[in-house]
Amino acid sequence: MKRTVLIGFLVASLLLAGCGAQQGSGGSEQGGSGAEQACELQNPPLFEEGVLTVATDKPAYPPWFEGNEENYSGFEGEVANEVAERMDLPIEWVVEPFNRSYAPGAKDYDFDINQITITPERERAVDFSDGYFDNAQGVLALKDSPAADAQTLSDLKDVQLGAQVGTTSLDFINETLQPNAEPKVYDTTNDAKSALESGQIDAFVTDLVTTVYLRDFEIKNTEVVGKYPRNEQFGMLFEQGNPLVGCVNQVLGEMKEDGTLRDLEEEYLQQYLSVPTLKE
Amino acid sequence: MTTRGPGPADSLEPSPPRDRGSKMLGGRAVLVSSLSTILFFAVIAAIVVLAPGSEIVAERFFDPFHLRQSFLGTESEPSVVGAFLLNVYIFTISEVFILILALVIAVVRGIPGPIFFPFRMVAIAYTDLFRGIPLILVLYIIGFGVPGLGLAGLSYLSDVTYGIIALVLVYSAYVAEVYRAGIESVHESQNAAARSLGLSRWQSLRFVILPQAIRRVIPPLLNDFIGLQKDTALVSVLGSIEAARAAQIYGASQFNYASYVVAALLFVLITIPLARFTDRLIARDKRRRQAGAVA
Repeated sequence: MKRTVLIGFLVASLLLAGCGAQQGSGGSEQGGSGAEQACELQNPPLFEEGVLTVATDKPAYPPWFEGNEENYSGFEGEVANEVAERMDLPIEWVVEPFNRSYAPGAKDYDFDINQITITPERERAVDFSDGYFDNAQGVLALKDSPAADAQTLSDLKDVQLGAQVGTTSLDFINETLQPNAEPKVYDTTNDAKSALESGQIDAFVTDLVTTVYLRDFEIKNTEVVGKYPRNEQFGMLFEQGNPLVGCVNQVLGEMKEDGTLRDLEEEYLQQYLSVPTLKE
Repeated sequence: MTTRGPGPADSLEPSPPRDRGSKMLGGRAVLVSSLSTILFFAVIAAIVVLAPGSEIVAERFFDPFHLRQSFLGTESEPSVVGAFLLNVYIFTISEVFILILALVIAVVRGIPGPIFFPFRMVAIAYTDLFRGIPLILVLYIIGFGVPGLGLAGLSYLSDVTYGIIALVLVYSAYVAEVYRAGIESVHESQNAAARSLGLSRWQSLRFVILPQAIRRVIPPLLNDFIGLQKDTALVSVLGSIEAARAAQIYGASQFNYASYVVAALLFVLITIPLARFTDRLIARDKRRRQAGAVA
């Protein structure tokens, strides 16, 4: 009996090993095809004909998104609206959780706009548009916490930091701040907020705009200790190889040139950006 | 128990019929089982490999580079295997407390007499309540609620401690029921005999009832612990980086799910020995009871 099982296992593992090797070599052929395809603005390749299908996570937070799914405004909402308008298309919003945005398989929308930072690692799995916003990291702390007096990056070395999972804020903590205590990581901004309020963490690191929003509207007695630009940009996320990227980049380029993008940033985000920069 | 080889006691047992069976089939059984195994996995492999999206799934889930890198960790992403040590820590500590607390609850629930009614009521309410609430909600209530209270000594613990408290509360309710099943399976005559020998009610419970009860429920107990091992992953909602969270961090930063495969394998790896151990205990128990019946 034992021998039978053993042989069965051996055969199975050999088979599996064979599959693994095959799949491995198949995988390496993929990727690296970041070259931009040509896209005709007159006849753009769309997920659903005659409509621009745009995805974002739910709930969507102000000032990135305001209003509801029927008719989003807010900075990202308006950027997407403007892109649709310039392509002469009506816009339709769908929901895409961040964690699913990089799943294999066809995407059921044209692009996802959800404060997603462009990184080379992520570009191996998806395509990004050109950046539409220069993001900076922000550090939020309770006024009476040890983190509140920090002026330099190294002042944050000995405090307990927290971040939301999947954010580049976590990279910022690990790569730049390198704190002595392992950062705490939460599923949502709300969980991080609770942890900050109850003193489980001294400071919450997330994108600058969100920290200022939390300070002004959500958590009393907090202050934004400082910001830190990391040369990061938000981009719209496309299925790898989707030629529509070319069209959207063309439109984004126009929006940058004629100042529309800057105007939208001023309208929705200006009040969130005036924070002292953390010194090295 | 593991060191004891086949001693004289074993040779006295009648040889079970399955020995004869496997000798008779011998080589043919091996051949058939090998063929069916090959066929079984070939069909699955064919389905997976021939699927139109197989290449991209292979790349996103089984890329050797990402499997290795998420296992080891990088400068900005924690190692999944390193984070798994936290899971081991959490369930090891939790198991000890669960075994104790659950036993207390089960015993309290079984104390006879009208004067102990409130205690029985509390024990029943406890098991009803904590078997009913999903673990993740208990985690949120304990992990985010208790620190918010600002109570000295209770509100300033680490999030891992709150996680362990939540696991102990929930799993003790399940395990108490397992214990109770064991206690109730011991025939009333055992208790009567013990009492007639002059043992007190407590002595009867301690030396006669519980030893038999616990032995009988070891397999279901271990089964609950396998569940517990996996549920340690939920403690991450409170902030600490355990294996599933480390996998999520890696996945979100590299846009690759291979880290989840690594975490899954680690959980399976630690579960299989416990599952086989449970099987052995069940087999041993069965053997003993059959031997007892013959004698």
